Amino acid sequence: MTGILSLITFAPLLGIAAIVALRLSSRADEPRTVTAAKWITLVTTLAVLALSVLLVIQFDPNTADFQFVEDAPWFAGLHYRMGVDGISVLFVLLTAFLMPICIAASWVSVEKRVLEYMIAFLALETLVIGVFCALDLVLFYIFFEFGLVPMFLIIGVWGGARRVYAAFKFFLYTLLGSVLMLAAILAMIGIAHTSSIPELMAYKFAPQVQTWLWLAFFASFAVKMPMWPVHTWLPDAHVEAPTAGSVILAGILLKLGGYGFMRFSLPMFPQASEMFTPLVFAFSVIAIVYTSLVAFRQVDIKKLIAYSSVAHMGFVTMGIFSGNAQGEQGALFQMLSHGVIPARSSFAWASSMTACTLARSPSTADWSAACPGTQRCSCCSPWAMSACRAPRASLARS
Amino acid sequence: MTFSLDFALAAPEVILAAAALILLVWGAFQPQAGAIFTLAAIGALVAAGVAAATGPLGRGFAGGLIADQASVFAKVAIYAASAICIPLGQRWFERRGVHNFEFPVLILLAALGMGMMVSAGDLISLYVGVELHSLALYVLAAMHRDNARASEAGLKYFVLGALSSGLLLYGASLIYGFAGSTVFSDIAVAVQSGAGTGVLFGLVFLMCGLGFKVSAAPFHMWTPDVYEGAPTPVVAFFASAPKLAAMVLFARALAEGFPGAIAQWQQVLVALALMSVAVGAFAGLAQRNLKRLWAYSSIANVGYALLGLASGTGEGVQAMLMFMILYMIDVTGFFACLAALSREGRDMETIDDMAGLFRERPGIALAMSAFALSALGLPPFSGFWAKYYVFKAAINGGLGLAAVIGLVGSVVAAFYYLRLLKVMWFDDTAGATDKPPVEAKAIAISLALFSFPLVMGALVVLDPLAKTAAAALGLG
Repeated sequence: MTGILSLITFAPLLGIAAIVALRLSSRADEPRTVTAAKWITLVTTLAVLALSVLLVIQFDPNTADFQFVEDAPWFAGLHYRMGVDGISVLFVLLTAFLMPICIAASWVSVEKRVLEYMIAFLALETLVIGVFCALDLVLFYIFFEFGLVPMFLIIGVWGGARRVYAAFKFFLYTLLGSVLMLAAILAMIGIAHTSSIPELMAYKFAPQVQTWLWLAFFASFAVKMPMWPVHTWLPDAHVEAPTAGSVILAGILLKLGGYGFMRFSLPMFPQASEMFTPLVFAFSVIAIVYTSLVAFRQVDIKKLIAYSSVAHMGFVTMGIFSGNAQGEQGALFQMLSHGVIPARSSFAWASSMTACTLARSPSTADWSAACPGTQRCSCCSPWAMSACRAPRASLARS
Repeated sequence: MTFSLDFALAAPEVILAAAALILLVWGAFQPQAGAIFTLAAIGALVAAGVAAATGPLGRGFAGGLIADQASVFAKVAIYAASAICIPLGQRWFERRGVHNFEFPVLILLAALGMGMMVSAGDLISLYVGVELHSLALYVLAAMHRDNARASEAGLKYFVLGALSSGLLLYGASLIYGFAGSTVFSDIAVAVQSGAGTGVLFGLVFLMCGLGFKVSAAPFHMWTPDVYEGAPTPVVAFFASAPKLAAMVLFARALAEGFPGAIAQWQQVLVALALMSVAVGAFAGLAQRNLKRLWAYSSIANVGYALLGLASGTGEGVQAMLMFMILYMIDVTGFFACLAALSREGRDMETIDDMAGLFRERPGIALAMSAFALSALGLPPFSGFWAKYYVFKAAINGGLGLAAVIGLVGSVVAAFYYLRLLKVMWFDDTAGATDKPPVEAKAIAISLALFSFPLVMGALVVLDPLAKTAAAALGLG
């Protein structure tokens, strides 16, 4: 089964190639071309989903090692190295699961530049799956950072009224975090003379060095997560993005932060992680209480979801840094469930908006007054969002 | 060392000098020679490149000329960049009704000067190389002579360039006076045995002069004006090959002439590098003209290259070489995009001109997006790998704080690259554009394909080449 990870990661590129070929052979605005592009994208994402299911079936849950490892030397000591373990395989499945849904949800709602839209989503799928599969630090960084571009375009081209502001804010916030991570990555390669993630997980960095490296990685993942006080880009980006973009943002991209903490900060810098645990807990608690209170005051339902997502992520960071297996497991479970639930809320909101032809971003009151039917069918999502909190919180405390 | 070997070492220079003179005479008698004239000039550059790559290595002319892996590496790149600019510029001028056969000849002379710069082994050949290429560049800047802005650019460039040459020459005379020799290796011995502060004084002047040539802050003032005024294909040339030549010269002069004074020049370089990054990032924010914007971008990028050099290690020199090669490709491609674009015969130079370009010219807009993202330093574009090398060398060389400042500067600069992307992708079109000329479009798109994805494979080849080149420059 070697090669399956590369296949899953790069299969969306085949879809892109097909769409480009289609574009070159016909006019972009013909309805037939547009429909064909939609079908190509849907079939590609479904194929990736099928491959991911196959991956999970083949995955051996009885070992903590990396599986399906691929390794090819590149240049200057760097490698093309892929592999999954129990954490990342679930995220691969989550990504592959959400993507076809996003495409289906955009079927009628996206009317302009459909081909480019589909290409952007396929590129995003490659990049996000690549982040979860990469076992080389530099390869990870490439996928992690390049993912900003499709999302920037998705928000900026197909977004709402303040899309330009939101897209810039999203890009620059994240970039500032990740250049600090790049500095740390370069320092780690310089110290340990390897860029292999499994080898770096076994390498013992000096405590003083760990502190700096931890802070640099924290800067990146905290923005991505997003943690209070660097969370302010999320409400803007979430509101302005098209619905499928919001789903990917809340459902998958936010998980990159949590995944990064689990993959890098904890195993590579254990002493620094322990030292900074009070800081993380403090930020998490503030995020949970403060952003939940902020969420109360929101009349825009997408903003409400965004703020509650920040609160949820507070539980995740708490769980990750709790220092025990239950906390880790709880955080992982919370991330996966959070990947699905706000996604459903967003879709419910979007479908009700289309059904009731409300103005953009209705207030919650308008929503219930204008379309009680759709509200009923989506009411399980808010329930799920509130209900999953209590057990996770106790888990994190234990 | 026999005389014939001296000339064998100088084979690329001999070929270029002879070709330039022959073409000059040919052009004087037959000014409308057309495509074959251009092809002959390109052929001369290719021949010089082959001669450099296959020729013998060693030192000739009493240490004045060095042919080693570093000079070969730089020469091949310089000749290639020059050869790309010849068709780009020739056709551009023809479309504007300027028929001057001197354009390829001047490019050949500039390439000759740059080849001498990267081979310079003493202060005299350094100065001759610098002057030869500078004089050709001054004329090139003012080539579009009916255009007031181009003439202004040429004059400004000349006056400030003359000032910097004066500084350089003054520094060289101080160094000669205190060290007693103009050959780099002898200067190194004199510095080791304690030639005193006089030599260091000269070194600082020398570095100021070279700082002008690479347009590092605070010697950058001429760059935006010259880039804005000079014809676009000429700017593509200015921004690429001369920068590489000056950086290699910088590295060789410091590594071979002043290895004993590393602590002194390192701090000067760090200061120059950080100032350049800051000026490039912040001043670029206010620019609406793309040529001015890319001038500030080049100032920032020179700052990064200097940061690599400042780390004072072999790895740092390798990083600088990799950075300059990858940067040259990006910047040439970007200006080729600009040269390909016009609206009703008028050049498109401001950011607002690019509104909705993706709908209008998807190929060129994609190429420009690739160059903007590459300049931003976003992986996996070539600009990321350039920065990757530089920051890795800086961090390993103990300049961690400077590297972090440089990285934060790149985030500031990201804003203006993103603005260009935003205008091209998000905004509505500002009107129909003319059909882009074939050669500019072909150059732009093939260089964009190099920027991504071909760079991923090219790095495998370039990395060991740059490594041996850096080893030849010393500072191991």
